[in-house]
Amino acid sequence: MKKIESIIKPFKLEDVKDALAELDITGMTVSEVKGYGRQQGHSELYRGAEYVVDFLPKIKIEVVVVDELVDKVIDVIVKSARTGKIGDGKIFVSNVEKSVRIRTGELDNEAV
Amino acid sequence: MRSKLLSLATLLPVSTLWAAEEAATEVAEVAEKVLTLDVGNTAWVLTATALVMLMTPAGLALFYGGMSRSKNLLNTIAMSVMGYVVAAVVWVVAGYTLAFGTDIGGIIGFDSLFLSGIKVTDLWATGSIPVLLFVAFQMTFAGITVSLASGAIIERLKFSTWLVFAAIWILAVYAPVAHWVWGGGFLSKLGVLDFAGGTVVHINAGIAGLVVALMLGRRADYGKAMFPSSVTLTVLGASMLWFGWFGFNAGSELAADGIAASAFLVTNTAAAIAALAWMTIEYITYKKFTLLGIASGIVAGLVAITPAAGFVDTSASLIIGAVAGIVAFYGVNGLKKALKYDDSLDAFGIHGVAGIWGAIATGIFANPEVNELGTGLLYGNADQVMIQIEGIIVTIVYTAIATAIVFKIASILTGGARVSADAESQGLDEVEHGEKAFNLR
Repeated sequence: MKKIESIIKPFKLEDVKDALAELDITGMTVSEVKGYGRQQGHSELYRGAEYVVDFLPKIKIEVVVVDELVDKVIDVIVKSARTGKIGDGKIFVSNVEKSVRIRTGELDNEAV
Repeated sequence: MRSKLLSLATLLPVSTLWAAEEAATEVAEVAEKVLTLDVGNTAWVLTATALVMLMTPAGLALFYGGMSRSKNLLNTIAMSVMGYVVAAVVWVVAGYTLAFGTDIGGIIGFDSLFLSGIKVTDLWATGSIPVLLFVAFQMTFAGITVSLASGAIIERLKFSTWLVFAAIWILAVYAPVAHWVWGGGFLSKLGVLDFAGGTVVHINAGIAGLVVALMLGRRADYGKAMFPSSVTLTVLGASMLWFGWFGFNAGSELAADGIAASAFLVTNTAAAIAALAWMTIEYITYKKFTLLGIASGIVAGLVAITPAAGFVDTSASLIIGAVAGIVAFYGVNGLKKALKYDDSLDAFGIHGVAGIWGAIATGIFANPEVNELGTGLLYGNADQVMIQIEGIIVTIVYTAIATAIVFKIASILTGGARVSADAESQGLDEVEHGEKAFNLR
């Protein structure tokens, strides 16, 4: 099992969710996060005082899938989240050692 | 009582129906004339009073609240709301009689406390409206003036100090200045023109705010990024101020007549052109059309036209408004940065600066064809500008000194004016009010 964490532009969330649903990905965890990468921040202007905003709002999507699906999922996320402009985000993949479905006690691949 | 009111009215800078009709009549003869209530005027001033009321606990509260940081939003709103509440009480107890009671040496008025002696049937000579209506109308002005000053000192002042300060300030600073200009005091005898409160309200509030900001010191985060909680609220607040300002300026005629209509129109024109002026100069300087700038321009234009509203024509209002947008932009962007005082929401930068411009502009543009009571420089009365400047200087000097004393007293009575450093960093909504502006969950 792998955990696929994607940091994406907030307005792309619906597109990514719909694309993942087509792959029969049945669940995900979404968080509102802040951060910066190459896009850096931006500046805001209030009555002549210019403030630099370092951290931009992003959405983090976490999905855990069986190993065979990883490449497909990454492909779908990249296609649905891309605008081609700076700040589109990143995807990180990591190993997941164990998973449990709390209601039934099912384990690992059965539980993702 | 009646003859006193009539003789007072002859000193008022605002025009009067009977003055228009019988300009040449001797005061003594007029005094013998029995006043009858003017239904139209009364209806209009009742409405105007409600309009001006809206400006403070709604318009100003949101205008200022949106500019404060989200942890201080409720506290900022509370200062405007309670400024009005305190004024409403203090005014009927003693404020009104100090401002509009029988003149004592040109300095102060006094008849009696708690409005005792004013009957329901008593009429105010200007406009032939009930005296009690005039009391209410003027009360809304006292309320907005003290609340305006709060913009200079938010995010660091103890709420208890604010309440005590507001009560004493209305009696010791607002009422005397209102008396001098509108209540038959020495500035009105001098001929200072202030139709709806450029000197009494805006210069007064701007200077008071600046003095308290200097005494209180800068916020701990001064110079760091301090994001306004909601420009949306600020624009809504500015629009409600604009709406209420029709009551403020057109209502100050105390009559439903041509001068009121003219005041209404020039008020609208000045606000619009000032918004355009501020937006344009800000775009040239920073390459952004900020809504906060547009809202600020609207208010600057409204401030500047206030003393001139019943005296100038429409083309003058275009110039007054445009210049107001520009001088207030520099008041906020230049003066404040250069002098490094922390006038949090620019009470002085906008109300003080645009108020001073408006008072001078009244002396330049007052057109006797609009209102026979005011003739400015452009119409051959060169002295009027100097008289206006004299009024401005007297107000600045008195307000600065008296405000400093009042603030010191309020500070001592409440055990120090400033919140603790911890409270300031935590936010005054939680510390002073135990509430949050938004619970987003």
